[in-house]
Amino acid sequence: MLEIRGLSAGIEGKPILNGIDLTVPTGEVHAIMGPNGSGKSTLSYILAGHEGYDVTGGEVWLDGVDLLALAPEERAAAGLFLAFQYPVELPGVGNANFLRTALNAVRRARGEAELDAVQFLKLARAALRDLAMAEDMLKRNVNVGFSGGEKKRNEVLQMAILKPKFAVLDETDSGLDIDALKIVAGGVNALRGPHFSALVITHYQRLLDHITPDRVHVLAGGRILRSGGPELAHELERGGYAALGIDATAQGVSEANAA
Amino acid sequence: MSATPAQPAADFLALFDARAEDSFHEARASAARAFAAAGIPGRRLEAWKYTDLRPLAALPVRLAPEITDVARLAAMLPAIAAPRIVFVNGKFSESLSTFSDGKIFSGLAAAPSLASHENAPLAALNTMLAEDGAVIRVPENVDGGTLVLVHLTIASVDAPVFSASRYRIDLAPGAALNVIEYSSGQGVYWNNPVSEIALAEGARLGHVRIQAESVEGFQTATLFADLLGGARYEAFTLGLGARLARSETQLRLAGAGAIAHMDAAQLLAGAQHGDVTTVVAHDAPGCASRQTVKNVLDGRARAVFQGRIEVARAAQKTDGYQMSQALLLSPDAEIDCKPELEIFADDVKCSHGATVGALDPEQMFYLRARGIPGDLARRMLIRAFLAEAIENVADVPARALLEDTIDAWWEQGR
Ligand SMILES: Nc1ncnc2c1ncn2[C@@H]1O[C@H](COP(=O)(O)OP(=O)(O)O)[C@@H](O)[C@H]1O
Ligand SMILES: [Mg+2]
Repeated sequence: MLEIRGLSAGIEGKPILNGIDLTVPTGEVHAIMGPNGSGKSTLSYILAGHEGYDVTGGEVWLDGVDLLALAPEERAAAGLFLAFQYPVELPGVGNANFLRTALNAVRRARGEAELDAVQFLKLARAALRDLAMAEDMLKRNVNVGFSGGEKKRNEVLQMAILKPKFAVLDETDSGLDIDALKIVAGGVNALRGPHFSALVITHYQRLLDHITPDRVHVLAGGRILRSGGPELAHELERGGYAALGIDATAQGVSEANAA
Repeated sequence: MSATPAQPAADFLALFDARAEDSFHEARASAARAFAAAGIPGRRLEAWKYTDLRPLAALPVRLAPEITDVARLAAMLPAIAAPRIVFVNGKFSESLSTFSDGKIFSGLAAAPSLASHENAPLAALNTMLAEDGAVIRVPENVDGGTLVLVHLTIASVDAPVFSASRYRIDLAPGAALNVIEYSSGQGVYWNNPVSEIALAEGARLGHVRIQAESVEGFQTATLFADLLGGARYEAFTLGLGARLARSETQLRLAGAGAIAHMDAAQLLAGAQHGDVTTVVAHDAPGCASRQTVKNVLDGRARAVFQGRIEVARAAQKTDGYQMSQALLLSPDAEIDCKPELEIFADDVKCSHGATVGALDPEQMFYLRARGIPGDLARRMLIRAFLAEAIENVADVPARALLEDTIDAWWEQGR
């Protein structure tokens, strides 16, 4: 279970998150929707341990572990995974080497045996097949020269290989055609089960047609302004944020008439 | 700032005077005159502006003694399965060497046909005092395979020593050879090697040099290379040892269509100083010279890259490229970079560039978010930074040795 309590954070004195309260019970998938600039990526970076943000208040617990006290790599070892909105290019680092180093680092930290090159290749090939990805993906440098869609799929490949217990997907659907979208959704659904939970950040209902969320939250001005069932996403799709009384253009706290 | 340190120069000249005359006496005497006139170069000279030899000049002048008990040194040899020529303290070591083919190896190579002493007083010092050397000749259209050249310099605990080894590589037209050169040592010493390389038409030399001298040692290496038409020189120099090191290359593209790749990497930490200096003379048309120098600098390390390209009037269609990149791992590390282009032809393409940066925090975060600990993540990014230069090394065993050496540097240093 992921519990976020009163989380506030900012950058260089400028507040971005203004007291987020959110609980994702184990086994559930929650969606976060919200206007651009509302703090969705900031929240996902802070969950993953990005050092560029100042956490000014609140706490985050993953199955009883104080996440904010851990280094990014320790959070990954604890089972957290962030699919980046903007995956980072690593020139000179081969994708296979990257994936194997990450997997073995996580396995080592969890007290599991490391995989040798042959064992890893077998596992990676199976994951590629499931995601309908070409095998030459492994030979290329991490995200270098990848199309937008390839980068997103590479994030899902990493997730499939690292098998987290909690995944945060930050607009992993943006810029994907419908086939790629189905692959991404399939990657999440394959992990779904009583021991897996996720926060899916998206602007679009169409991803949620393939990954049915248990709950939907609307983030605006750095706070959760509305929470509801899957129907909330449909409501947003029809009427936009204005229909919920949310001023999508304002930065900072903006509750036109949210109660 | 003191002037050129005169006393050690006088001591070196005294060593030369005390030396028995040999068949190279003429050349040695002429070198001694050049060295007497110039002395050990000081920072007043433009070419030595960024590298201060005073700590080296402060060492007592003593020739490295012959080491008889060499078996214990076997562990210092690079692990590579190829014929090997080993010098210990400037002397050919028959027992450590696995290659002594009389046809292409002879005891001494002091004849300074390529080494110009005019702007190279340290090369003159080498010519004066060099003991043994190798002459490696590969006949026309023969592929000489891979050859390993090792220089070990061993100082006793309390006595710094001076060593000057020398070799010459002559490739006949169409000949090919890969040379892996490795220098290392123990204690406080000054290793001052000279290499001469002559590539005839269409010859190809792959030259990987690893400078892994003792961290208390000094190395000042001077390499002269001459390329005739269509010859290729593909060099990669890795510098990670020595308290102070300078690798100077004076290369001449003398025949049309010759190509020189002179990549280098320096990995420096603590208070190490590493200097890569190149002078490339484009004297013939249609030649290319390409240099990518990568520096990884930690602690208070200081790197220097001076690259000079001279394009003669006749050298139309010259393609010259120089790039210096530095990765600073500490706020106290520094690099001085001085490109110089001197162009007398009108139809040429010459470019140079330099970048300096720290590790990218977003790349670090991406790796760590995948569970890779900070230390390993840093190491992956540093390897990635070097990868582009190392990938150009075509000789597989040489590339493997480079990678192992870099890994070992990391293990030791951190
Ligand atoms: N590194 C940063 N430096 C300065 N401002 C930032 C930084 N990251 C985010 N912000 C600001 O924080 C707010 C929220 O951004 P972000 O979390 O990326 O929003 P979202 O993902 O919801 O579009 C925006 O106003 C953005 O400009
Ligand atoms: Mg975002």
